Amino acid sequence: MEASQQKVVAEQLDLSLIDPVLQENSGHKGSAIAILQEAQEIYGYLPIEVLEKISEVTQEPLAKLYGVATFYTQFRMKPVGKHLIMLCQGTACHVMGADRVQQAIEDELKIENGETTEDGVFTLMTVACLGCCSLAPVMMIDGETYASLTSDSVRKILRNMRKESDA
Amino acid sequence: MRVVVGAGSCGLAAGADSLIRELKSRDLGSDTVLEITGCVGMCYLEPIIDIYDDCGELHRFTQVKVKDLDTILEHFNEDACNKFRIAEDDERILGKQVRIVLRNCGVINPESIDDYIASGGYTALERCVKEMSPEQVIDVIKESGLRGRGGAGFPTWFKWNAARNAKGKDKFMICNADEGDPGAFMDRSILEGDPHALLEGMLIGAYSMGAETCMIYVRAEYPLAIKRLKIAIEQAKERGYLGKNVLGVEGLNFEMIIRAGAGAFVCGEETALIASLEGERGMPRLKPPFPAERGYFQQPTNINNVETLANVPYIIAKGPEAFTKYGTEKSPGTKVFALTGKIKKGGLVEIPMGTPLKDIIYDIGGGIKDDREFKGVQMGGPSGGCIPASLMDTPVDYENITKTGAIVGSGGMVVMDDSTCMVEMARFFLDFTCEESCGKCTYCRLGTKRILEILERITAGEGREDDIELLEEICPKVMDGSLCGLGQTAPNPVLTTIKYFRDEFEAHLDGRCPAKVCQPLIHYHINEKCTGCTICARNCPVGAIEGALKEDHIIDQDMCTKCGICFQKCNFDAIDLLEGAYVWQE
Repeated sequence: MEASQQKVVAEQLDLSLIDPVLQENSGHKGSAIAILQEAQEIYGYLPIEVLEKISEVTQEPLAKLYGVATFYTQFRMKPVGKHLIMLCQGTACHVMGADRVQQAIEDELKIENGETTEDGVFTLMTVACLGCCSLAPVMMIDGETYASLTSDSVRKILRNMRKESDA
Repeated sequence: MRVVVGAGSCGLAAGADSLIRELKSRDLGSDTVLEITGCVGMCYLEPIIDIYDDCGELHRFTQVKVKDLDTILEHFNEDACNKFRIAEDDERILGKQVRIVLRNCGVINPESIDDYIASGGYTALERCVKEMSPEQVIDVIKESGLRGRGGAGFPTWFKWNAARNAKGKDKFMICNADEGDPGAFMDRSILEGDPHALLEGMLIGAYSMGAETCMIYVRAEYPLAIKRLKIAIEQAKERGYLGKNVLGVEGLNFEMIIRAGAGAFVCGEETALIASLEGERGMPRLKPPFPAERGYFQQPTNINNVETLANVPYIIAKGPEAFTKYGTEKSPGTKVFALTGKIKKGGLVEIPMGTPLKDIIYDIGGGIKDDREFKGVQMGGPSGGCIPASLMDTPVDYENITKTGAIVGSGGMVVMDDSTCMVEMARFFLDFTCEESCGKCTYCRLGTKRILEILERITAGEGREDDIELLEEICPKVMDGSLCGLGQTAPNPVLTTIKYFRDEFEAHLDGRCPAKVCQPLIHYHINEKCTGCTICARNCPVGAIEGALKEDHIIDQDMCTKCGICFQKCNFDAIDLLEGAYVWQE
């Protein structure tokens, strides 16, 4: 079952989307991270097929690319939901109660950190710091920052987003 | 008339984006210009709107809501608007600061090179390349005594000089804008509010060491900063500050490249940052050779932090005396701090080095939120430490802060009150450094893990009698056995909390959490004030509260997960949060 699912994904992947990125970076030393970043921008995560193609074209060993991709927190090896919740776990947010906010998100969406909801709408990821420390606790969803969160306000935000995504 | 909206990340998060959308949709009249600016530092007052009337006088309005816009736009110079106007008290806070690095933040439009030039921008670069030799530039920076603002406080001129004297085909000037300390955001504010100041500082540095290529390694979590940097670079190219034969000087070429960091705290260490720029895992390398000799692809490389470089144009333009007149002898100039946590007026503040801690917290920060008891301030993030309330007279400069066991670091100041558990804070930082350790050095990789395990069992109420001594034994070994700053400083938060808050560690071993934070060491109890309103029972996520309407409620202590929701929801002060785990009484 799982193997056939993976195959379907692989068939849907359009590996040619990465071509312009590879061309642009061809011959540039040390551009592995930049290529991986652009690849993630295109596919939403780093499918192994894409890593294989990057390895083939750039002549970087696949093991090295995999090593780099798993070293940095930015890179994801699994697909994410429609909305990526980046919950700040910086010092200021922690002191101001980010744990309680995380608990509320996990209860509301019935997922844990790093997981995606069954319907594929939300993925929760905690991040080190979003740099909005005076407005702690904060989270960022799809590039927009939400400030001074409480357990109640975060539930409201998520319910509204879910409603919009259902509509 | 000019209407200026504060549009840094924090302003936007507080609602500035809806203000801008609303203003853009309106016809403001042909004599009114709508502009944006960066963060002025008073994050607690965002969103902020500045109106400059036709005489150029500034009217500042704070915490502006869309519905107030009509009144403000029409009556900005009348009494009707006084309730929206910035309070005198808040204005005084700005007056107490000395703004060198943040001179343009919240003042100019960061997306306009003309604004930057009108405020005196790029004159320092022009003077350098046309009137000064590279050695003279380094001499001026030496005289100013500028030290690295990223953490270690290393003299900037020394690094520039070493890179200048190093032999190599190409030289590289790199800016570390991978602001990693969770709790500091001054670099983001500079990148978003005054990107040209950074570019100018970098170009001056590049000129002094003979580098053509400049690279900015910036956090991917700062999308707005990256966007504004890209705009600034394009503008600088158009005006001839970047490219071939810069400012008409034959053979003077500069190139500026942005690289987004992929999220690794260890990349704050310069050799790890270089590895990351080379497309590798960000793991530190042995020094020497120092990057000044063999850095980026084995070429002479210099790395400075954002705030350090933003100081440079000011020093060149105004002379080193204008810089050394602030601060102390060994730590001249100013430093930007990110004041956050349990503080009334949080935000970015720039103050002369040597200012006592208590002045920053009480005079500028307005004191502790809700007037609770002040416990301490965490400085330097995961590499720093907690300075207790008893040491609040300490002047903030590199030497004096280091004496307390903390570090100035990049300038994060997280204020803590009596509801912050210091043992739990130490656990929080070790959780971070353990996760971020790159794994190269055994002592860092395994040592941080062991320290974390001990702290986890203490906060879980399962601490062992000799755990404090065990921590004191492991910590110095991790510091000695690690190659880079991450491992060498990771135990600091533990050692400083043991040094200043040992009683809290001991209380945990006794089964109590004095701050009432650690869940296994607290319990909730419903007292006689209960009116039986049922709000707690209805909100309890695990159904641990029983009781009929208008009758006393009771918590099932076995079921209770101590989430604290009932405590927050109760309107009658009927729920007590008590120290220690619940003990059955017959």
